[in-house]
Amino acid sequence: MTTENHGTSPVGRTEGAHTALQTRPSPQPAIEEVAESTTARGFWTRSHRAGTLFAVLGIAAAVGFGALAPSDQDARFRLSESADGFTIPIPAAAGAIAFGVLCAVAGVLLFTGVTRRFFGWSVGVALTSLLLSFLCWQVAGETMAVVTVAQTTLLLSLPLILGSLSGVLCERAGVINIAIEGQFLAGACAGALVGTLASNLWVGLAASALAGLFIAWLLAIFAIRYLVDQVVLGVVLNVFALGLTGFLFSRLMQPEQQTYNNPGTFKEVSIPLLSDIPFLGPVLFEASMFLYIALALVVIIQIGLFHTRWGLRVRAVGEHPTAADTVGIRVNRVRYLNVLYGGLVAGIGGAFFTLGRVGPFQENMTDGKGFIALAALIFGRWSPTGALAAALLFGFAEQLQIYLSAIGSEIPSEILAMAPYLATLLAVAGLIGKVRAPAADGQPYVNR
Amino acid sequence: MGWSEGRRILRTGPPRLRRCQSAHCNPSRSGARALWYGGVGGGGPLARAYKENPLKLELRGITKRFGDVVANDHIDLTVEPGEIHALLGENGAGKTTLMNVLYGLLQPDEGEILINGVPRTCNSPREAIAAGIGMVHQHFMLVPVFTVAENVMLGDERIRSRLPFLGFLDRRRARQDVLKVSADYGLEVDPDAIVEDLPVGLQQRVEIIKALRRQADLLILDEPTAVLTPQETDELLAVMRSLKADGKSIVFISHKLREVRAIADRITVIRHGRVIGTTGPETSEDELAAMMVGRAVRLRVEKKPATPGDVVLDIRDLRVVDDRGHRVVDGVNLQVRAGEVLGIAGVQGNGQTELVEAVMGLRPVVSGVISLEGQNLIGRTTKQILRAGVGYVPEDRSHDGVVRDFSVAENLVLDLYDRKPFASGLALRPQEIATSARKRIAEFDVRTSSPDTPVGTLSGGNQQKVIVAREMSRPLKLFVASQPTRGVDVGSTEFIHARIVAERDQGTAVLLVSSELDEVLALADRVAVMYRGKVLDIVTPDAPREHIGLLMAGVTGAAGPDGEAATTPTTATEHTDAAARETDSDEPGDESGGEDTP
Ligand SMILES: Nc1ncnc2c1ncn2[C@@H]1O[C@H](COP(=O)(O)OP(=O)(O)OP(=O)(O)O)[C@@H](O)[C@H]1O
Ligand SMILES: [Mg+2]
Repeated sequence: MTTENHGTSPVGRTEGAHTALQTRPSPQPAIEEVAESTTARGFWTRSHRAGTLFAVLGIAAAVGFGALAPSDQDARFRLSESADGFTIPIPAAAGAIAFGVLCAVAGVLLFTGVTRRFFGWSVGVALTSLLLSFLCWQVAGETMAVVTVAQTTLLLSLPLILGSLSGVLCERAGVINIAIEGQFLAGACAGALVGTLASNLWVGLAASALAGLFIAWLLAIFAIRYLVDQVVLGVVLNVFALGLTGFLFSRLMQPEQQTYNNPGTFKEVSIPLLSDIPFLGPVLFEASMFLYIALALVVIIQIGLFHTRWGLRVRAVGEHPTAADTVGIRVNRVRYLNVLYGGLVAGIGGAFFTLGRVGPFQENMTDGKGFIALAALIFGRWSPTGALAAALLFGFAEQLQIYLSAIGSEIPSEILAMAPYLATLLAVAGLIGKVRAPAADGQPYVNR
Repeated sequence: MGWSEGRRILRTGPPRLRRCQSAHCNPSRSGARALWYGGVGGGGPLARAYKENPLKLELRGITKRFGDVVANDHIDLTVEPGEIHALLGENGAGKTTLMNVLYGLLQPDEGEILINGVPRTCNSPREAIAAGIGMVHQHFMLVPVFTVAENVMLGDERIRSRLPFLGFLDRRRARQDVLKVSADYGLEVDPDAIVEDLPVGLQQRVEIIKALRRQADLLILDEPTAVLTPQETDELLAVMRSLKADGKSIVFISHKLREVRAIADRITVIRHGRVIGTTGPETSEDELAAMMVGRAVRLRVEKKPATPGDVVLDIRDLRVVDDRGHRVVDGVNLQVRAGEVLGIAGVQGNGQTELVEAVMGLRPVVSGVISLEGQNLIGRTTKQILRAGVGYVPEDRSHDGVVRDFSVAENLVLDLYDRKPFASGLALRPQEIATSARKRIAEFDVRTSSPDTPVGTLSGGNQQKVIVAREMSRPLKLFVASQPTRGVDVGSTEFIHARIVAERDQGTAVLLVSSELDEVLALADRVAVMYRGKVLDIVTPDAPREHIGLLMAGVTGAAGPDGEAATTPTTATEHTDAAARETDSDEPGDESGGEDTP
């Protein structure tokens, strides 16, 4: 970014452009007084909403979890892999109160706008403290193996990340992709089948990607060429994929598992040196290959969407296809390509279910993850990094649920399972900032 | 800025004229071109090697039908190289349709397009662009969430020279491109502003900048002046002249006959999709209007003196801030009485928009009082304000005025849909809605194939008429009109003006905001001049035009708020004269300021 001529204040602008225009009254009256932004936008600005929310939640956590947590026990968080390794003990009650207060403080800071420039980080701090406060209560008297929790969280998030990236690619170009679930299933099934037949995992992975691509191709043809309603179409494609893979499974892969459904799995890839870093090493650098693919894709798509010609055109097509058309962009071509890219990504996401984790394919083994990926896409505001954060949150919630029922928590696991989706609803309802889909999302473009 | 700088420019002419002169000294013009296109990596569809390329356009027998509406009926049109060809016609005559066919946005049902004598298909704008055609669209083609710079470069992006195949955007140079066109043509705009935050006048500038940067050989301008101020219009006319001097052809669409006569080499009039005839700029305004409408049009507003009653709208010490927190309405006091029209004159962007938005409850008020017949309006919702007997024609019709996908009939009852007679209980009564719609369509002469047509498919001026019809067909205490005749043809302007006067005579208080001084002076009984958020003075419409022009430039008599300006009255007069000029100059070709500077 340059430093010249792009100040947002009228002063910067008028100084920047020496035009004849300045000899007459500036069309933007340069009244320099800056009134409080609250009066301009009403009281419930984003900072005010989020700040109030976290302040209230933080206080509630400090009081509630603080009272519930036993004051004579520690919650132990083990950061190393071995059972006798480095462990942080936190007095349960004191910790619950302290983290609750920290969350409230972050909320107050958000409210006052001191941290406006670090909005995302402040929300992150508030959320994390809220969670820690809760954990101090729940883990009291127990030990939590943080590394294991983190590793499992990543594993659970992975398909969500890849699925929501597929959604980002499609919806940024203006095509709604409800068929992520179907692409997952097709990818998982094709990966197992072809991987077994070829006795080669990489061939299986390629087959997965192509299977996702096939579903995406159907989506593209019917949505873009034949203008079928995209939501209905997506649902139909999901049912189609479920039926097709179910058929293959019950007729072929289940009866003769050894010949058709035994692909094996990709080994974890350990990156030399980096994997020796304590804590981070085992979590991030000794992980499934799919994690590296997913993270790389997040970075590539994020940069691609917001900093390249490709991304500018994709977003233009998703926001205002007619405008894109009038400057010479081939709207439907961009859409076709993006839907197909999305299919590839979701197909790879599907491969993770079989080739990345368990090996053999099971009927309906994706279990609605494609829909949760859609939720992550919306929670992440149609951006790759947002989707990553949302997918991690959802993955963590799922892992927490598993962990808590393992240590015999008294909280019904159904409630915990609900929590992340409740958060999505709140986010969609606009509690945390503006959530806005690409304007032309789901609208076909026809030139008459 | 400074007045010395201003004087220098006034003496030597605006920079764009100098640029154009130097271009003549250097016929290849490769220098100027290199500045704009130098090093575009990869190259979008528009990266053609530049050559002096005079373009002759012929349209033969173009026919375009929408269902049973024949929007274009065997239209023939020839645009010679280096010609400014104006298209005139009523709302819905088919001008935009014809241009969209030419630009490849619509496919003609019949007819052919010849460029330099060679027939060619324009199946997409892409092909039109490749053929050297550029277009400024009546309904802006801007991506609302993009910045100005992003919109301007879209389709012909600036790419960083390092790793060009990856296509990384070079935002710095994109920004410079905008600033350069801004400076060359006097169209100032912040390249980093998000387009949807800009008022329509600025969006229009962005649309023009976008087209100018492409350097097309044939430029289509579809009502580019509808929302421009008189000064901006003058700048644009000068830009058009300099393009013409470079051998480019221009198709210019406007409802403002004066500017058409001032700039056009030939004028083609279209009525009901057919070419009525082609004339030259010497044809008088009355004749042109008659050709367009098919009858004589009275271009002057006839009205009796007002008989003002009690104060209806009372605004006291109002302060309002814009989206960026700048105070744009700064202690305004205004009273509008029953049975009078209060006009607000001023260069666009001096707080008029925000003032109206505050009155309509669309923008929070920082401090002050707004009351309607003594009842406070601040804090009420827009719906409550409308229900209290206020009619409102918003400035940005496509955004705030109509629901594009709703039918004309539905749009006509948007404000009353839940009231009798249009609803009983929770159910709408389509019969009633249709009957009333038919009546209003006839009364306001909305050109639509049926009341069930989606409003989005109507021509621009007809969409405007739908809004005016809706707002003027219920009993009103106060009528707030922002640019009520934006993009409306002369015949319908006459009608809308007559309706506003009739509304006034029924005892409604009217608050009129218009960037066209003509319109304000013709309709208003009192004229409030706004400058930088303040009302400088309230004058009668027969006040000397120079006086109003001075006020619009912020000069109040001997001791103005702007000390500098007051000390150099001559210069001030010269340059503010532009504000009042649009109505002054009647001769075609007059663009160099008012005739009589005292
Ligand atoms: N997409 C469409 N679908 C149906 N009818 C249309 C469509 N576009 C335009 N029309 C109709 O074609 C006719 C010509 O419209 P057009 O926009 O070309 O008029 P115009 O001359 O540009 O008018 P204005 O001065 O108001 O802009 C109108 O009757 C309009 O309703
Ligand atoms: Mg038009």
